Amino acid sequence: MDKKYGVYICEGCGIGESLDVKALCGVPEEEGVPVKTHPFLCGKDGVELLKKDIADGTNSLVIAACSRRVNFDIFRFDGCIVDRVNLREGVVWSHPRSEFPALTEEEKEDEDNFDRVQMMAEDYIKMGMIRVEKIKLPEPYVVENLSRKILVLGGGITGMSAAIDAAKTGYDVTIVEKTAALGGYAAKVRKQIPVSAPYDALIPPVVAAKIAEVESLPNITVKTETEVARIAGQPGEFTVTLKKPGEKIPFDVPFPLPPEMKLDENGKELDAEKQHEAYLAYNEGKNDILQLDPNGELFGAVILAAGWRPDKLKGDQYAHLGYGELPDVITNHQFEEIAKAGKIVRPSDGKAAKSVVFVQSPGKGESDSDFAYAGAVTSMVSLKQAKYVREDYDDGKAFIFYQHMRTPGFSELFYKGLQQDPGIFMTKGAVMSVAKNGDGMIVDAENTLLGEKLQVKADLVVLGAGMVPVTNDDPVINLAYRQGPGFRDIGLFNGYVDSNFICFPYETQRTGIYAAGAIRRSMTMEEAIEDASGAALKAIQCLESVNRGVSVHPRSGDMTFPDFFFQRCTQCKRCTEECPFGALDDDEKGTPKPNPTRCRRCGTCMGACPERIIGFADYNIDSVGSMVKAVGVPSEDDYSEPPYRILGLVCENDAYPALDMVGLNRLSYSADVRLIPIRCLGSMNVIWIKDALSQGMDGVFLLGCKHGDDYQCHFVKGSELAEIRMKKIGDALASLALENERVAQFEVAIDDYDKIPQIINDFVESIEALGPNPFKGF
Amino acid sequence: MTNDKAAPASGSIMVVGGGIAGLTTAIEAAEVGYEVFLVEKNPYLGGRVAQLNQYFPKLCPPTCGLEINFRRIKDNPRIKVFTLAEVEKVSGKPGNYSVSVKINPRYVNENCTCCGACADACQTEVSDDYNLGMCKTKGAYLPFEMAFPAKFVISPQIIGTDDANRVKESCKYDAVDLEMQAKTVDLPVGAIVWATGWEPYDAHRIDNLGFGQYDNIITNMMLERLASKSGPTQGKIVRPSDDKAPESVAFVQCAGSRDENHLPYCSYICCMASLKHATYIREQYPDTKVYIFYIDIRSPGDRYEKFYNKIKEDKNVFLIKGKVAEVSEDPATKNITVVAENAVTGEKIHQTVEMAVLATGMQPTAANAKLPADLKTNDDGFFINDFEKGGMFASGCATKPADVISSNQNATGMALKAIQTLVKR
Repeated sequence: MDKKYGVYICEGCGIGESLDVKALCGVPEEEGVPVKTHPFLCGKDGVELLKKDIADGTNSLVIAACSRRVNFDIFRFDGCIVDRVNLREGVVWSHPRSEFPALTEEEKEDEDNFDRVQMMAEDYIKMGMIRVEKIKLPEPYVVENLSRKILVLGGGITGMSAAIDAAKTGYDVTIVEKTAALGGYAAKVRKQIPVSAPYDALIPPVVAAKIAEVESLPNITVKTETEVARIAGQPGEFTVTLKKPGEKIPFDVPFPLPPEMKLDENGKELDAEKQHEAYLAYNEGKNDILQLDPNGELFGAVILAAGWRPDKLKGDQYAHLGYGELPDVITNHQFEEIAKAGKIVRPSDGKAAKSVVFVQSPGKGESDSDFAYAGAVTSMVSLKQAKYVREDYDDGKAFIFYQHMRTPGFSELFYKGLQQDPGIFMTKGAVMSVAKNGDGMIVDAENTLLGEKLQVKADLVVLGAGMVPVTNDDPVINLAYRQGPGFRDIGLFNGYVDSNFICFPYETQRTGIYAAGAIRRSMTMEEAIEDASGAALKAIQCLESVNRGVSVHPRSGDMTFPDFFFQRCTQCKRCTEECPFGALDDDEKGTPKPNPTRCRRCGTCMGACPERIIGFADYNIDSVGSMVKAVGVPSEDDYSEPPYRILGLVCENDAYPALDMVGLNRLSYSADVRLIPIRCLGSMNVIWIKDALSQGMDGVFLLGCKHGDDYQCHFVKGSELAEIRMKKIGDALASLALENERVAQFEVAIDDYDKIPQIINDFVESIEALGPNPFKGF
Repeated sequence: MTNDKAAPASGSIMVVGGGIAGLTTAIEAAEVGYEVFLVEKNPYLGGRVAQLNQYFPKLCPPTCGLEINFRRIKDNPRIKVFTLAEVEKVSGKPGNYSVSVKINPRYVNENCTCCGACADACQTEVSDDYNLGMCKTKGAYLPFEMAFPAKFVISPQIIGTDDANRVKESCKYDAVDLEMQAKTVDLPVGAIVWATGWEPYDAHRIDNLGFGQYDNIITNMMLERLASKSGPTQGKIVRPSDDKAPESVAFVQCAGSRDENHLPYCSYICCMASLKHATYIREQYPDTKVYIFYIDIRSPGDRYEKFYNKIKEDKNVFLIKGKVAEVSEDPATKNITVVAENAVTGEKIHQTVEMAVLATGMQPTAANAKLPADLKTNDDGFFINDFEKGGMFASGCATKPADVISSNQNATGMALKAIQTLVKR
């Protein structure tokens, strides 16, 4: 597009009172760019002024007014490039004249005096002007063969529910089930916990009705005794190879080389070609991930509902419970099998089990935790199974020993109902031992509500073992992604495929693949059915977003995508390795192959690239680098005591809003800093820091999200990656003879606006203590 | 289905309630491609979570996720937000409803730049609802810093007073409209999702726990506001009687919940909330002792269990299995003594603390305010979804007590149910 520029400066909200707007106009005027001012730019008149200029051909606007977080709709003009220069929150509100006095007329006469706040505003306008010059309007990426079909992995209650929900919304669905029949675990239970009033009786399994519904819907295809060999490609056009379970085929997904195999005998990393050779040998007989299966089936999105398996209790920690030794000590899963087959009997001799003890917590008196992977489900299962005992035998007795009865929400009402049953005894207590006693067993418990020590005779002892997500054993999705076939294990979820975000439960690090049901958290069937609807929505939303050429959450609607200048790629693979979403697959030489619809537009690849060949239409190395270079760095040639210049690169998701709150609360910070919002600290390329320092700026800081186990980064690892890059920058600084302390990174949360001024001011002070950058003025 | 850029079916969805569940339903549906009307009775979006200081178990600020959600709304012209709005009437049938929405006057129009001059000019102070009435705010106010929409509100209480004129005169942008009247708009929609949320159970109703009677007994939601920087004490946790930093705090779990006389169900979140509150207190006061009296600790799931285990390690947090039966106050010190029976040892515990926090539960908003629509509820006022009938659904805590994660899972699924109604039409 032929750009026609215009700069518009608002004088409202204190801008006009605080700044010399006429002088500000000089900035664009000097460049020959038309500039207009308005006392109230977001008002009707102001917007008319903008619209009129746009009608007359202006298409690249710098609007110097308030933060881009407000008046977002008013200053959005289709087909135009707009940069919002934040004079209000970022300059005048956060640098009140009471603390940063303007120059008096008299002071102005001496050219050695300067006005820090005015300088700040001028710099920001220059930065906005260069940005609109450097960026382009995005054009959407459109996939060639969009498939709207949805693949559901798992034919249990979750998978079937998701399939039904997607099918009823008009989408074609294929269910892939490993076993010979639909139903999953839900088909193996005798009864279910009630989900509505009255809560006094168990309900028959709902699974038969689900199977019938799946079979009645013409747009659902069911493939039993089938599993995924590989899922290749990207959302909107996944190429899927299916196979019989256990079969070995060339399109089985290859696994990445384990780290130790990437090294030679001296512990040095092999070069790209050698690594590729080793990788081929490691995956002999399997086609590379980039080889598409010509017979593969196309799908747009995937729902992972492969469920769970009963935990196998192993190890000494259960020895006191007699498990493995006494035949009538079984798990809740084994108990359910017995209950499904008929009346409750003992495995040892087939005799009626009329006294059954349920153990929820294996830790004796030392730990009050339930069995691993229990969640709240095993408490509820024990209640249900106690009820079986009572259903089968009028004189049956069930004893439940728990540390905490976990019946959250409405399941409390079922628990309460059971308390009325004279044959069900429930107590907090630590089960100390289970021992043989005649032809039965005796269970010793301590610290119970019924007495300090308690002994119960039992025909059967049932341990409340947990639900292990099948992803604990196997990646299941078998993605033909260079980063590996499974969800990236970030060591937080104990094998579950859960989201780390409280607000965004369907976030995964693999775009277009949404987990539901017990694979993400131990949950009841009721919860799993509900979860399935959400995952179905996300799958549909993803492929409709692909169809529109826009990103999904968190940059929903973003039309930009990373563009690579491959001629300069040195095959270092950093982009492939660092992408939080596994969007890039490199070829045998190490050249990345982008998969734009896997991409979430965080820019981590751009930050990682040492050759600086990755960028987005409206956000790239040059656009930010040019903003850095637009900052005026006064030296002793200009003033006898020139002000310091410090650059801040701030995460736009959390730190930038917090900075707006600094302004809104009229808190203040040094006027010698210049801030640039970036998509994520992961997109921070160290060249910007080097640019800043080599042009004489005195220090650079990054403001980003908290990392660690409870990370708040919306792109998973952005702030962590930035920190790693910052650590490595020391060498570069040393070569410039600059101190390490000139660069720093700070973690802030969005509500830390009260702390930010102090953080910035302390950093500025520390830089002042170091003295000015010796490169200043060169 | 055609291969164009539009959503697969036409029609609009109304979401009633702009809390976390309503936001999720609205945004998720809109990002599939549907037009959504989001109706919120407060002057801002965010609902209950906007009043929380942090989420468990990550101890992260809710405004972080809200900011992303607000940005998704800003970037998506398919979502139309109505604040200060209530549904008055619903007529029609699934796929084809007409909804009358009453929009109450904000007395501030779209010209508002959020500059704050009106608040500076206003002299009257009114009860601050956002802060649960624990403090006052100016009669012209921004509900809280991160409020969206970022527009001021004028309290109806100052309309007709001199202050109203002062406020009007203070605004350079002609944003104050004292003549603004309530108006009703009729919107045609295909499906309606009720995300009307919950209210903290009224602690005054629990006679034996002394709320409203003794100054230093507060509720868990009040503690959220005390711990929050935008709260009445700028984040300092102090006890109400004398603004003193408490050296000991007792948490009374199941205050109303799991109790036939109040809320028979478990409110799901209160155990986790109190464990989280222990971290608020312990972070501010390294020596303060925290006593949590509980029936069962309900920390369902791996991540919650991990959080509980972490809190257990704190030597200054005491977890006592026992239900609090009575409380009393020492009139001289204003200290509170809670009496509970230790369920395991049977001994009666008298624990005197400087402040007590009642972990009050969740009551569905609809239990106390009947909605103008034909919806089935259970005895406690939670909606029962009828997926066979379709058309109208409830999401989030309007259907069951739940944490934010499950609410959002539910709310995402309800967006799909609403879309199904449009497809079926």
